[in-house]
Order: sequence, then structure tokens, then C-alpha cells
Amino acid sequence: MENVYLTIVLAPLLGSIIAGFFGGSIGRAGARWVTIIGVGISTLLSLYVLKLFIFDDQPVFNQAIYTWMVTDGISFEIGFLVDKLTALMIAVVTFVSLMVHIYTIGYMADDEHNWPKDSLAGRNSYQRFFSYISLFTFSMLMLVMSNNFLQLFFGWEAVGLVSYLLIGFWSTRESAIFANLKAFLVNRVGDFGFILGIAAIGMYFSSMDYAEVFAKAPELADARMPVWGDTTWSVMTVICVLLFIGAMGKSAQVPLHVWLPDSMEGPTPISALIHAATMVTAGIFMVARMSPLYELSEAALTFVMVIGATTAFFMGLVGLVQNDIKRVVAYSTLSQLGYMITALGASAYAAGIFHLMTHAFFKALLFLAAGSVIIAMHHNQDIRHMGGLRRYMPITWITALVGSLALIGFPGFSGFFSKDAIIEAVALSRVSGAGYATLLLTLGVFITALYSFRMYFLVFHGRGRMDEHTRHHLHESPPVVWVPLVLLAIPSVIIGWIAIEPLLFGDWFKDVIYVAPEHAVLAQLGEHYHGQWGFILHGLVAWPFWLAMAGLGLAAYVYWYLHARRPQLEDELRERFAWAYRVLDRKYGFDDFNQTVLAGGSRGLGETLWSAGDRKLIDGWIVNGSARAVGWFAQRARHLQTGYLYHYAIAMILGLVVLLALFVAL
Amino acid sequence: MDFNAAELIPVLPEIFILVLASTVLLVDLYLRDDQRGLNHGITLVGLLIGIGLILALGGGERQIVLSGSFVRDPMSDTLNAIILLVAFLAFAYSKDYLRDRNMLVGEYYVLGLFAVLGMMIMVSANTFLVAYLGLELLALSLYPMVAFDRDSKAGAEAAMKYFVLGALGSGMLLYGISMVYGGTGALDFPTVAASVADQGLDNKVLVFGLAFVVIGVAFKFGAVPFHMWVPDTYQGAPTSVVLFLSSAPKIAAFALAIRLMVDGLGGLHADWQGMLIILAVLSMGLGNLVAIAQTNLKRMLAYSTISHVGFIFLGLIAGTAQGYAAAMFYAIVYALMAAGAFGVLLLLSRKGFEAENLDDLKGLNERDSWYAAMMALLMFSMAGVPPTVGFMAKLLVLEAVVRVDLVWLAVVAVAFSIIGAFYYLRVIKLMYFDKPTTLEPITVGAGARVALSVNGLAMLVLGLFPAGLLGICQAAFA
Repeated sequence: MENVYLTIVLAPLLGSIIAGFFGGSIGRAGARWVTIIGVGISTLLSLYVLKLFIFDDQPVFNQAIYTWMVTDGISFEIGFLVDKLTALMIAVVTFVSLMVHIYTIGYMADDEHNWPKDSLAGRNSYQRFFSYISLFTFSMLMLVMSNNFLQLFFGWEAVGLVSYLLIGFWSTRESAIFANLKAFLVNRVGDFGFILGIAAIGMYFSSMDYAEVFAKAPELADARMPVWGDTTWSVMTVICVLLFIGAMGKSAQVPLHVWLPDSMEGPTPISALIHAATMVTAGIFMVARMSPLYELSEAALTFVMVIGATTAFFMGLVGLVQNDIKRVVAYSTLSQLGYMITALGASAYAAGIFHLMTHAFFKALLFLAAGSVIIAMHHNQDIRHMGGLRRYMPITWITALVGSLALIGFPGFSGFFSKDAIIEAVALSRVSGAGYATLLLTLGVFITALYSFRMYFLVFHGRGRMDEHTRHHLHESPPVVWVPLVLLAIPSVIIGWIAIEPLLFGDWFKDVIYVAPEHAVLAQLGEHYHGQWGFILHGLVAWPFWLAMAGLGLAAYVYWYLHARRPQLEDELRERFAWAYRVLDRKYGFDDFNQTVLAGGSRGLGETLWSAGDRKLIDGWIVNGSARAVGWFAQRARHLQTGYLYHYAIAMILGLVVLLALFVAL
Repeated sequence: MDFNAAELIPVLPEIFILVLASTVLLVDLYLRDDQRGLNHGITLVGLLIGIGLILALGGGERQIVLSGSFVRDPMSDTLNAIILLVAFLAFAYSKDYLRDRNMLVGEYYVLGLFAVLGMMIMVSANTFLVAYLGLELLALSLYPMVAFDRDSKAGAEAAMKYFVLGALGSGMLLYGISMVYGGTGALDFPTVAASVADQGLDNKVLVFGLAFVVIGVAFKFGAVPFHMWVPDTYQGAPTSVVLFLSSAPKIAAFALAIRLMVDGLGGLHADWQGMLIILAVLSMGLGNLVAIAQTNLKRMLAYSTISHVGFIFLGLIAGTAQGYAAAMFYAIVYALMAAGAFGVLLLLSRKGFEAENLDDLKGLNERDSWYAAMMALLMFSMAGVPPTVGFMAKLLVLEAVVRVDLVWLAVVAVAFSIIGAFYYLRVIKLMYFDKPTTLEPITVGAGARVALSVNGLAMLVLGLFPAGLLGICQAAFA
């Protein structure tokens, strides 16, 4: 099996290398084919691996492939841990990635128009794009298949790097550069926490290997680390919180969420792949993988849950006032990530992963549908200028409807199963903060339905508000664009029905995810589980369903029925609730705070230190001073080399005398 | 004394190189001037066969033959093979350069091969005398090679200096050996080692002799203050000779140090550790500092050699198996780096033009981006920038000294290597960011081009996958 796993990882890398380094010579078609074939191979093999795990009782693979180095007894290795969690993740990652690869053919077909004429950066941009997304697939696979913390960190940073490159893909646009720098800086904060967490693991466990760390974890459950004077903190809590700070950066949780909406500056296929379906879920995956550690620290679980619930609700609210079609979807992603994180905090890891999977399909679908709309609208992304598109693009319309219904958790669709499971699990949790989380998650369902269908009605229904020229050219996107939509719509509908039983209440995650008996909310939930129909019927009489319907109904009333009669309605509402609108439009001031206080403050501090400390003290004194000293000494010392033979001989004799004097005479 | 023909089997590689040198000498007599290229071919093929022989005969237990004067062990297998490999590279790079300067004659190859033989004997010596004989064979072959360009005044001056100082160094070494003989009554390493272990550090005669032996070794390495010959010789000698002189003999010098100071006088470790610390600090300091002030690239690389010698010493200073393995790794890596760096200089030189100043590298990237990339890799490796192998080599020796609690020494070494990074990076800056003084394209034979590519890429490949070479080095001291 080792070869199969290696091929899964390396096929996209090979495609990426060929497309990236030889893009000029193999041309557009070559780059397209080589990367799609590479990812295609990975997808087929991943599905094969998944099949082995489902039907054939495939044994867990946990093995080092290559030892990079061993120092102080800690070995740094590249190795794979493939169990049921990994098998699920690689199947989702490669499948969505393959869809996005195919979709990209259509979306990037006219990419040369996105660059200034004769721009050097725009040369071979098409091939470069394919190279990047394949590289991303490789990195993500390295991350999820890792069996040790070092490789996890490698994958973590590698996906971050590719995300950075792709957000700023159109590097001649000011806004893209701003967005990718922002993503980079915010992720630095998260990754700093993450690497501190890994360092703490190295310090307390003397190992980088998951299995060894997990086996040793219970011994350290009550260990304390000295912090300052007599203050001590629980080792487990510190490690878990630090690791989670990394997850907050990557999975965009408050307050490190600010980069994700801006990341929409990148091309839409990568918004679907990286900033919705896969990379941003790395944090959820990581916490689930580390469940044996998190279960040991209730404080960390509370922290996780509160952060997740806060993100889920408040970021959903911001989605209500966005007018850029991609930003609406982006805020919905933030909110859904919040749901997953909250599930983790409630120890319902399986529910988090379940939602991760269903979300990957329907959110990729929504993004790609948005991209299809954007292509038709000639890259105008403002939903106020859309409307009535269902007549022109029926396939996009139906698939977007499917995606939206899945997102709001309409009974029977995949999102319904995963979201309901999360809310019920959190309601059962007894970790402190669970009450707060339950309330926010339940209210969040209403918000989700409202913003989702606000967008849906404004885009696909009502009168067309685009200009004549655009309206004239409206038509359904080509097959390379809509085929992935259809292929993603299928799992968006059915995957919940299929997967809920084995994933949540079966033994799929037995031995993979560890849940302490006192936190076992899913097991409790499972006692009342009687098949999918029962779950749906139960859902119909619960709060979330009615809230979702209320949100849907309100959206339909306001944005479909009323909007047709009073188009200026939204502006009126906005004036009526000006203060609330301003808070939401400013996104609670996170960006302002970051930009003025953090960015401005650190720049001010930097300026001061630069002029006083760096230029005068360090540059003037230490750097230039030592450089001058070195230069001075070098100039003197080179004169020792006089060129006279007898000087050289004398030097040797002197050396001899000194050695003799030091070691023989004394 | 019985003679058993089977005893000759471990010596076959050395015998083969001797036969090879004699063959070239004889064949050369019957060649017309336009056929001199044949010498080149014979030498290269012969060296490859030599490597094959070593690999075929090597491996397995330590063998001591020829009445205890010759040893074959894992270390000698590895070092001999690498010496032949580096010599192969050195000859492969040199052909065009020699032809352009009318130096493509049989004598060059004969002398080179005898030098190789001398190095192999140093590596395989099991007594002080055999080691000394190997050393002299190497040195006596190198002196005329330095003066190979007979019309060059600088070459003659360089050879003269090298010869006189070399004689002084050899004399000191021989004197030291005589002292050791006086103190122990033996010349073969095992007996000397046993005797030293008996007497301990009490015998001042031994320590007295040791100081001279250390100086002999330090001279071969070119460690401060026995380094004075290095810059002048490097600058004056033909570049192809410098390439040869700066690469493989460092490996032989490392072997000499191990044989003499570890196999023979290992019991005096406490004493020679102190001596080497002084030499190492001086070498790293002076080498790196003075290299900065150089405008002549060959001189700069000469001082860089001196500083690298300091690093090789660090591994020896540790005095542990791990340290020796690290020093061996460093010596091998250094030989490859030096071969590559001088190889680039050779390729840049043309008929009537010697590339030897820093300015000659300006804008190399615009003239030939592949060579620029290879040179950049080599410079990064010399500076010790990850992921090149130079980083791994430095890391290993530093780890070795830290392990024996000489943290201050590691700190000093790191500080000097930071200073040293300046002049390596300056080369890269010149290649990539300065305008070229000439746009003449670089014409090079296919062989040298392949050799340089392999050489440059090896810096990266070995850096990413150091385990193989490191494993071989560790096996030599297991």
C-alpha cells in the first residue's frame, strides 16, 4: 500500500512541477492535461483507498517513509498515517480538487484579459494557475496524511504559501496584493501559536510522532508548567490552546478571520477549493486528529467552543449586508466553519468532520455556481446588478438552489443532517459555554437561511438589473463549467443521508477519534437515533427547522415579493437601521482596529525603532561598526601576507614555538 | 617473512593507479602533438576503473597486509574512492584549459596520477613511514605541477615558495616521527598506540614529537599559522592545478590526520585537542576575515579553504566517533565544493584570458544562467545555507563540538561563518545583479558541462538527502 499512498501524494506534485517549470514549452493544453491527469490519478486511488476502508477492513497504515534526521532522540520523518479519517479526507480533497481543475479550464480560458497588455507577470499565467492548484493538492494531501507533527507543519505552511500565491494571483491588482499580504500576516499570528504548540509537544513528549504522543498524553494530563514565579498552567491546556490558535488562523475563526473575506480577490476556482472546501478545514481536521489531547483539557474545549459559536453567529450576520456575490458566500463559509469548530468543542468530533465533508461539497458547489454567474456577468460581482438569471442559466440556477438548500439545512439535504447533528450534540454538551453556543448556533440557522436566500433571490429571481449589453450576452456557461456543478450537486444532496449512520453513530471513527466517556455527546445522541427518516421527522419538530423556514420565508417575502414592487426597499431598511447596518458593514470594526491600531501601531513602533534603534544603534554602531572593524582588520591582516618567503618560514617557526611552549613546557 | 600473493589484493587499487601512471608515461612517448587528447581519455577511464576496483575489493573487515604497513578498512575504501572521483572531476574540467595553454601534455597526467597514488598511500598507511612516503610522493608531484606553465614567473615563484615551505613542513613532520619513535620504539600505528596508552601523558618526549606531527598535518591542511603558502600558491599556479591541489589533497590530509593522530597518537588526544583548538580558531578567524579583503577570486578561495580547514578541525577536536565522521563528511563535501568552484573558473577562462578576479564573474547570469545557477549553489553550499550540503556539514561538526561541551567553540565558529557568508554572497550578487563586462558566450565541451552540472546539483541533492553519505562516514568510524 505504501506505493499507492506515495502515488496519491506525488502525482499532483509531479503535475505541478511539469506545469510550473515547463509551462512555456508544453503550452496551455499540456499544462491542463498533465495536472488533471495527476490529480485524476490521485482521485481514483483515493476513492479506491476509501473503498478498501469501507468494504474490505483495510488495516491502518502508520509508517515512516523517509527519516530526515534524528537529533536528541527526536526523529524528524516523512511518514503516512492512513486510517479512516485520512481516507475520508483524501477522498474529499482530491474529488473537489479534480472538479475545480476541470472547472478552471473554462473559468481561466480568457485569463489574458485579466492582465495589463504585455505584462511579464501575465506570461503563462494559465499554466501557472494549474501548477499552483496542483501544488496545493499535494500540500493538502501531505497535511492530512501526515503521521507526525513536523510534516503536519510542513503541509500547514505549504497550503498557506499556495493560498498566498493564489490570493495574489492577479499580481498587478492593488487589491489582490493587499489581500494576500493580509492573509499572510494574519496567518503568521496563527502559525506562531501553532509552532509554539508543536515545540511544547517536542519539549514534553520528546517525540514528533502522533502515535507516541497520543500514547503518552494521559500521563501528562495533570502536568503543570511553570509560567512566571509560582504560577503554573496545565500543560495540556497550553498545548491545545496553542495548537488551536494555529487552527484559528487557518480556519478563519474570530478574531483571526479577517483575511478570509479579502481572499476572495483570488480567482473563483481557488475560492472554492482553498477558501471553502479544503484548506480552511485544515484546522477542523487537525483538532479532530488531536482529539486524544483535547479530551484531556476541558478548558481548551470551552475555548474552542466559544470561539466557534461566536464566529458562527456574528459572521453570519455580516453576510446579510454584503453585496459582492463571493463575499456573501465567504461570510457563510466563516459561519459554517464556526459550526464545525463548535462541534469540536463539544467533543462531537465526528459531527465536525461530517459537516466538514458535506460543507466541502455544497460550498464548493455554491462558489463554482457563483463563478459561473460571474463569468456570465462579465466579472461584475455585485448582486444588486443581477436578477432573473434563472431564465438564462438554468443549470447554474438549479445547482445553486440545491447548494443553498443544503447550506440552510433543508430536511433531506446533506447540510441538514450534519448541522442538526452539531446543534443537538452541542445542546447535550456539559462543557461550560455550551449554553451560549447552543443559543448562537440555533439563531445562526435563521441568519444562514436569510442571507443565503437573499443572495439566491437577488441573483436568480426578480427583474434583471444588469445593463443592456450584459443582458444581451447572458447565456449558460460551457460544459467544463457546469459539469463540475452537477457532479458536486449530487453529493450535496445525498451524502448526508448515506454517511450519517456510519460516521456519527457507527464505528467508522472508532480507534481514530478518542472521546472521553464524560464528553460522549454523540453516543448519547445515538441512543435516540432510529434511521434517517426518524432523524428527519425529529428535525421537523425542532427549533432549527422552523427558524430556517422562517429565514427562507422572510428572504422570499422581502427579496422576491416586496423587492419586485419596491426595488429601493433595501435602501430604506438600511436607513431605518443605520446603526446596526454600520456595525455590520464595518464588520464589527475588526479591520479598522487591525489596520489602525495593530498595523499602524506596529508601523509606528517600527518607524521609531528604525530611526532610533536600527539606524543609529544597530546600523550605525553594530552593523556598520562591526563591518568597519572587520574591514579594518582584514586590510591589516592581508599585509601579514608579505610575499617574502622568510616571513612565511618565520611564521611557521613561531607557530611551532608557541605550541611547544604551551603544551610541552607547561 | 613469508610472501603471500593474496596480500596484494587489497593493494590492487594502488597498484592499478601506478600502472595507469606508467601507461600514460609510455603512451605519451608515441603520441603526435595533435593526439595528446588520448592521455586525457586514458586517465579518465583509468580513474573510473580504479573506483570500480575499490568498490569491488572494498567492504568487509579491516585488513592489514604487507607486514603491517598497509591497511584497508571502510574509511580507506570511502576516501580512496572519493579521491579518485574528485581527481576525475579535476581532470575532466581541465582539458580545454590545458589545451588552450599548450599544457595538454602527458607529464601533466603522469604527475597528477602520481599525486593521486601518493594520496591513496597516505589514506592506506598503517605506519608513520608509509604515511610519510605517501605524503612526499604527493608533495613532490604537486611542486612541478604548480610550476607547470614554465614561462610564468608567478608560477615559478609560487612553486618555489611551496617547495621551500613544504620542505620545512616535511622536515618538522619527520622530526616529530623520530621523536615518537624514540618515545615508543615503534613506527606502526597499533604498537605506537599501545605504547602511548601505557605511558599516558607523562612522557614529554611524546608530547614534544606530537607538536611537530600536528604541525606537519596542519601544513598539509593549510591551517593558520602554517597557511602562508596557500594564497600565494593558489594565485600563482595555473587554475587547473589549483583545482587539483585544493580538492583531493584535503581528503588525503584528513586521512593523514586520522591515521597519525587518532590511529597512532590517539592516547594524546587531550594534548592535540588543545593544539587543534588554537589552530582551528585562528584558521576560521583569519581565513574568513582576510577573504573579505580579496579582489582576486583565487586568493579569496584560498582564504576560504583556510577557514574550511578550521571547520574540519572542529570535528577532529571533538575526539568522538561522531566527530570524526562529521569531519570526514565535511572534508568530502569541501573537496566537492572546491572542485566545483574552481571548475567554474576554469570554464570561464579562455585562450589568452584567465578568469581570476571577482569582476570576471559580473553578470554571469546574463551570459549563461545555468553556470550562474551552479556557481550560486556552490557558493551557498560554501556559506552553509540550507538546504545545500554545506549547511549539513557545518551542522554536523558543530553538533560534534557541542556534544563534548565546547559550546564556546561552536559559537565562535558560527560567528566566523556569518562573517564568511559575506564574501560568498558577494559572488552571487556579482553574478546576478551586476552588468557583465563582456557578453561573450561561454563555450565549453560537453564533458565539462555535464561534470559541472553533476557537481553543482550534488550540493543540493546531498543536502536534501544527506543520510547516504553520512551513513558511509559513520560506518568508517563505527
